[in-house]
Amino acid sequence: MENEVVLLDLWASMFGMRVRIALAEKGIKYEYIEQDIWNKSDLLLQMNPVHKKVPVLIHKGKPICESLIAVQYIDEVWNDRSPLLPSDPYQKSQARFWADYVDKKIYDLAKKVWARKGEEQEAGKKEFIEALQLLEAELGDKPFFGGDKLGFVDISLVTFYSWFYAVETIGNFSIESECPKFISWAKRCLQKESVANTLPNSERVYEFLLDAKKRLGIE
Amino acid sequence: MASSSDNEEVRVLGKWASPFSNRIDLALKLKGVPYNYSEEDLANKSLDLLKYNPVHKKVPVLVHNGNSIAESLVILEYIDEVWNNNNNHAFLPQDPYHRALARFWCKTLDDKILPAIWNACWSDEKGREKAVEEALEALKILQDELKDKKFFGGETIGLVDIAANFIGYWVSILQEIAGLELLTIEKFPKLYKWSQEYINHPVIKEGLPPRDELFAFFKASAKK
Repeated sequence: MENEVVLLDLWASMFGMRVRIALAEKGIKYEYIEQDIWNKSDLLLQMNPVHKKVPVLIHKGKPICESLIAVQYIDEVWNDRSPLLPSDPYQKSQARFWADYVDKKIYDLAKKVWARKGEEQEAGKKEFIEALQLLEAELGDKPFFGGDKLGFVDISLVTFYSWFYAVETIGNFSIESECPKFISWAKRCLQKESVANTLPNSERVYEFLLDAKKRLGIE
Repeated sequence: MASSSDNEEVRVLGKWASPFSNRIDLALKLKGVPYNYSEEDLANKSLDLLKYNPVHKKVPVLVHNGNSIAESLVILEYIDEVWNNNNNHAFLPQDPYHRALARFWCKTLDDKILPAIWNACWSDEKGREKAVEEALEALKILQDELKDKKFFGGETIGLVDIAANFIGYWVSILQEIAGLELLTIEKFPKLYKWSQEYINHPVIKEGLPPRDELFAFFKASAKK
């Protein structure tokens, strides 16, 4: 039943995209309800009273908040197909560690590039590239962070790729020239239907970000 | 007694005063797993720390079978998954929804609740009022989640209880030093009661650092 799985989300949210990719990987049908984050719905506030954020996955009426927690939940409930996390506890811990690294670093460093100017922005660009290069080193020669297949870390990270054009344009720099391996990994992920059907058009994201900056009073 | 071969050795690199590091001590003690502990000096990082946690260069780090795992919440889940036979106390329930809830509260503790309380305890006069308001809000949402349960994990200590060691033990010390009343029996009776159950739990009690030493440590930091 479609109503059994509901997703409250924002089309441009790289966090929400993670949940959409996971649902697609597992072939789960769901009802998608677009949220206006500038005018939060009663449903969103009721389902995520603590953080009041998207995405929120609702399964059989019960909300699961925080994108990586929702992805793990999806993996555990629909555990008969397309595993997203390794079964070995050590490999699983490494996948969680790197997804946590993405969560701690990538959004904030990208924001330093799109929200700041001058020296702060330059520092942000440098740190952002360094973080991506660290991830490139972790990827090594593997096609995906998950090995031969898309896994938890790939899903946690590839969604940021849809924001690269916006970040590059605002920051006036090229990510590909510093991190070619990262870009080729992202393009490899995009060959998968679940990713290609989820990531939005980069120019649309750029426009969204410009609008968001205005609303937040960031020049 | 366990052999001392590399393969079976469990090692923790930590800092005695750190609640994040202490989570790992509590977890291993709850599971009855013997381990070797090394106290790390973060002002003078050891080669081992840099080797086992090159990304963040922080504690705690768990080393098991020659493999290293960093980030306390990641380590806790690893410990729960590896030492999971019937005699060992499970930190997470089996049901995926309740597992998701436990993970949510651990993350909310780290992202929102701990920082709010920490900020309040170290705030200067200018920011104090707002910081205290946020800390009290954070404690309220945590108490609302506890409801009438003995522990966040139900009848027994769970993942959230382990992660909430800062709330159960550190807060009382820090608020005293700061001259604040945050977690008190009057303001948060249920959460306060939980904190008393927690610090009197036979295993937790043995695993927490001594109160007077912790007090002295943070008092000295406050003077700087």
